[in-house]
Amino acid sequence: MMRDARTLVHALREPASAGALSSSQWTELVSIARAESLIGSLAHRLADINLPDRVRAVLRDAIESHELARRQALWEADCARRALADYPGRIVLMKGTAYVAADLPAGTGRSIGDLDIMVARGDLAVVESALLHAGWEWVKPDPYDDRYYRDHMHELPPLIHRERDRMIDVHHTILPLTARPAPNAQAILDSAVMLDNGLHVMAPADMVLHSVAHLLADGDLAGGLRNLWDINLLVRHFAGADEQFLKRLDSRAQTHGLVREMRRALRLAARLYDLPLSGFSVGQTEFADHLYIRRLLARDGYGRETHKLTRFGFYVRSHWLRMPPLMLARHLWTKWRKGGKSPG
Amino acid sequence: MQPMHQILLKIGPAAFRIASAWRQPLEQLEALYRDYPVPPDDLVDFTVRLEPGKPWRRHIRPSVHIGGDFWLPDAAPLPLSQGLLAGEMGMNLQMALGWRRHLLLHASSVERDGEALVMTGLSGSGKSTLSAMLAQKGWRFMGDEFALLSIDSGDIEPFPRLISLKNQAIGAMEEVASAERFGPEMRGTPKGDIRHLVPPKSAIDRMEEPARPALLLFPRFGHAPALRDMGQSEIFVRLTQASTNYVALGEAGFCALTRFVDQVPARAMDYQSIEQAEELIESLWSERR
Repeated sequence: MMRDARTLVHALREPASAGALSSSQWTELVSIARAESLIGSLAHRLADINLPDRVRAVLRDAIESHELARRQALWEADCARRALADYPGRIVLMKGTAYVAADLPAGTGRSIGDLDIMVARGDLAVVESALLHAGWEWVKPDPYDDRYYRDHMHELPPLIHRERDRMIDVHHTILPLTARPAPNAQAILDSAVMLDNGLHVMAPADMVLHSVAHLLADGDLAGGLRNLWDINLLVRHFAGADEQFLKRLDSRAQTHGLVREMRRALRLAARLYDLPLSGFSVGQTEFADHLYIRRLLARDGYGRETHKLTRFGFYVRSHWLRMPPLMLARHLWTKWRKGGKSPG
Repeated sequence: MQPMHQILLKIGPAAFRIASAWRQPLEQLEALYRDYPVPPDDLVDFTVRLEPGKPWRRHIRPSVHIGGDFWLPDAAPLPLSQGLLAGEMGMNLQMALGWRRHLLLHASSVERDGEALVMTGLSGSGKSTLSAMLAQKGWRFMGDEFALLSIDSGDIEPFPRLISLKNQAIGAMEEVASAERFGPEMRGTPKGDIRHLVPPKSAIDRMEEPARPALLLFPRFGHAPALRDMGQSEIFVRLTQASTNYVALGEAGFCALTRFVDQVPARAMDYQSIEQAEELIESLWSERR
């Protein structure tokens, strides 16, 4: 029985390693990959490996379902583009939708859920009203949550389209306003790259740093293996096209106050996915790196979450990262009285 | 982590690993699926997980949370006495959310003369009972939950799971089927009283054998016997609603379904008793095409 997700990491890094798996190991690998939302990426990585028929069929299903997800994501982005046709500012696609829209390797087989876009903070009201006019509605009518999003988060409360049942998150920066790093949102918008249809995606370094911020400066590392796989593929791709890329990444990380996070992400990607850093300095391995790796791999061969204590530690940390202590206490008190969950 | 027990099952084209924190549901599944083949090379498509929602629910008032490769966030747990049902629901969930090799119709199907009769309808329409009854009268049982419509050939492939009998259907089938084919009776489940019935041996032996769909019925129990023609657009829309993966299959699903609607004659059928239904079905079957 697999006790962690190491076999998945090996298979992604070195597809030939999957050739030696036994039947029960295949079953476990598939469960782990599905649980980590990496089954589509795995399927593409193993496309040229000789596989048992049933495994081949399972992976072909994954490729087809992610191909549909890709088309739906692009369609949803286009719906937003049309809804915002009169908005003169830049609309920047984020995360998975951006990867497929820009045709990056990180988009291949990637699962994509909500549509994430970023606009200038001063334009949020205009954009929100245009979306409401075009059929999107608020998901969370709770006044505390609504206020919380608007005062402290990096995005509007989520909106859902009443006919297509798809969510859109409208961001104005890449981290909650309560987080300690304060990325330069204006710089991200200013250097965004325009696509053929008029929508934008972030410039390469910003795209990587957004993924880094999402993985290490926000949230509890749920889906972390997938996010780290994104970072690995993005950096490989951009560094392959521009040999100065890692240097540019470093200087851009300073702009956004994300140097520590960026270095840690590269260390973790090098460690787990063999990301080549070609002499670029990412600092010494820290003790905490081991905790991150333990957390990232916390999944057993039944697809169950393991290392509950480590997971809980990162969950607590995610709140700590987001909020100063007094605010956290107030937030948890309000949430406890309502018996609800925290946003995000 | 708490230890898990597991078994592997193969039903029609799909193979499952059922993992459970308790032995009891697996022993019940094993007994009822005893005549089924094992998955070739022990390879499976899906894992179902039956586990306590909270760690202490393993022993104290044990409750079974249904999870696995595919899962729903709001699935209500079942008491351990209904663990068998949880296993069956877990397999349904994997198929409904994850299967892409056929268009899945929420329908029962039976075969005779090499051709399939497909019956679809809401819960309570009697599609499951009708398929079980017809299987006692010379039809081959192909499935009572999902009809698998082949995207390439347009054939129906068997998916002969345990037949899930509910409420009055339990007594009706107890009169005609032998006792060793029944699972434990589960009272007061979220779907009422449930008792599982092992399909006839022919259904299991021939579960790799597809059949050409020749008639589609929309049965409705509790109304005076009547047959009604339906427009193709009504049939199409009702089948999209009866399919769990129509949207997920995209264009392939649309093509398979339009061909099915084009080629297979369909009727709405009201009935008040099994005998009436059998009579109506016999007449429709003899004059099909």
